[in-house]
Amino acid sequence: MPRTILPIGPYHPLQEEPEFFILTLEGETVVDIDLRIGYNHRGIEKLAERQAYDQITFVVERICGICSTSHPFAYTQAVEDLLSIEAPPRAQYIRTIVAEGERMHSHLLWLGLAGHFLGYNTIWMWCWKLREEILDVMEILSGNRNNYAMFKVGGVWRDIREEDIPVVMKKIDSIIPTLEKLHKAVMDDPVIHARTKGIGVLSKEAAIDYCTVGPTARASGVARDIRKDCPYGVYDQLEWNMIVTHNGDVFDKVAIRIGEMFESIKIIRTCLSQLPGGDIECLVKNIPPGEGIGHIEAPRGECFHYVRSDGTNRPVRHKIRAPTFMNLPTFKETVVGGAIPDAAIVLAAIDPCYCCTERISVRDTKGQTVYSGEDLIKLSQKKTEQIKADMGR
Amino acid sequence: MGILDHAFLKSLWVFHLATGSCNNCDIEILDCFTPRHDIERFGMQLTGSIKHADVLLVTGAVNRQCIPRLKRIYEQMPNPRLVVAIGECALSRGVFVHSYNCPLPLDHVIPVDVYIPGCPPRPEAIIAGLIKLIEQKKNPKDQPQA
Ligand code: SF4
Repeated sequence: MPRTILPIGPYHPLQEEPEFFILTLEGETVVDIDLRIGYNHRGIEKLAERQAYDQITFVVERICGICSTSHPFAYTQAVEDLLSIEAPPRAQYIRTIVAEGERMHSHLLWLGLAGHFLGYNTIWMWCWKLREEILDVMEILSGNRNNYAMFKVGGVWRDIREEDIPVVMKKIDSIIPTLEKLHKAVMDDPVIHARTKGIGVLSKEAAIDYCTVGPTARASGVARDIRKDCPYGVYDQLEWNMIVTHNGDVFDKVAIRIGEMFESIKIIRTCLSQLPGGDIECLVKNIPPGEGIGHIEAPRGECFHYVRSDGTNRPVRHKIRAPTFMNLPTFKETVVGGAIPDAAIVLAAIDPCYCCTERISVRDTKGQTVYSGEDLIKLSQKKTEQIKADMGR
Repeated sequence: MGILDHAFLKSLWVFHLATGSCNNCDIEILDCFTPRHDIERFGMQLTGSIKHADVLLVTGAVNRQCIPRLKRIYEQMPNPRLVVAIGECALSRGVFVHSYNCPLPLDHVIPVDVYIPGCPPRPEAIIAGLIKLIEQKKNPKDQPQA
């Protein structure tokens, strides 16, 4: 069969960031994939070498806008390891809260984009609407929607005010019902099942061979989570579960991320309710020569920072390994052998619309509301049932 | 203002281009299209192809690999075309100003119509910037020249 080459990118409407995939096709089947990156290279490791230790937190924050907590967290861990100090307990709690808030907004963002990729923009709109609530929480806690600027070697820059805690608690409580509704909608949806179950399977052996990290590994049954294996922050003092599934397909990756959001809510609530008093930073004197490592569980997996100092106010080497670096090569495993989806997108696109339900109401000519948001949700649930019945499930 | 201009300003279609950004600006752009901010109220829509676009939203610190591609994309854009620089990176390269891979700020590569500062700018700021752009095009005399 003749082979066709299909380039995707570097500027593709579906992708957030520039990256370039080269798919080799035989008919509808993908037989090979190649990847070219570098469209986003900004030389951050080199930049870090010309900044003072306190400035680097702001540079590494801008490695990735979504993980703008994970990188400073790992970096401060590395410098604290080099200094052999530990941040005071209140700072540790605040760090944990911010990190979990970031995990929630990141997972919601991904879930929304996954819906967008399936041609299911409803999920996209819904997730991102919910994500705004979490960004509000982050704005109350840190003053910023993204790029929180909370982390500092030896502590945090900004304290959580007592009067903010009930407001945040209330916001988080209000998120739970919507999240549960979203969970049910995604887990029950026949179209999402059809589009994601058994698709892009990464076996446990392959997950280990490729050294995958984070939800990608946990979806394949590899129970690895830095928060459990090598606790940092206050994760070892809290009750929470690691979510692991075993199929390794796209559906499991969705399921893991939704499960983790509920765990994150649990962690934030516990942290806020038992936030200890005291200082939020400790005194940092000169940085001695030496080296330090820091690794934390970012929303996408293990994020690793290495810092080497020669006793001046700048590091001589700063090495960063982000989780996606480990997870990218699994494309070879998951994409090859699959088909380029087309008809299924059409099917997904006609599915019930949840996002409109929150914004519109249908009125008759006399100005009375005929359908409220709740009614429309019920209508679309009925439609989902109908589709399920039609598909024979 | 002719009928073409009138129609043009009523429904601007935007194309979003990241040239070495940290992703946050791009996310805030997408945020503008989601229910809370809903920029589609103003007739703006995200388009998949540069050949359908009226406005090019550029984020990021324009790295070496992106410069030739950015120029090519700009050339493929049909006239009339507008360019909006979003975020500190696109304005002045922000924290990446000393990087070996970001040699030029965006407006040295292609002409820019509106600058929206912030790291990242809030969706409200992005919307305000785009509205200002429309207003300025409608009444070029009222506004100070940028
Ligand atoms: S301006 Fe700030 S938020 Fe925007 S891409 Fe640059 S570093 Fe990221």
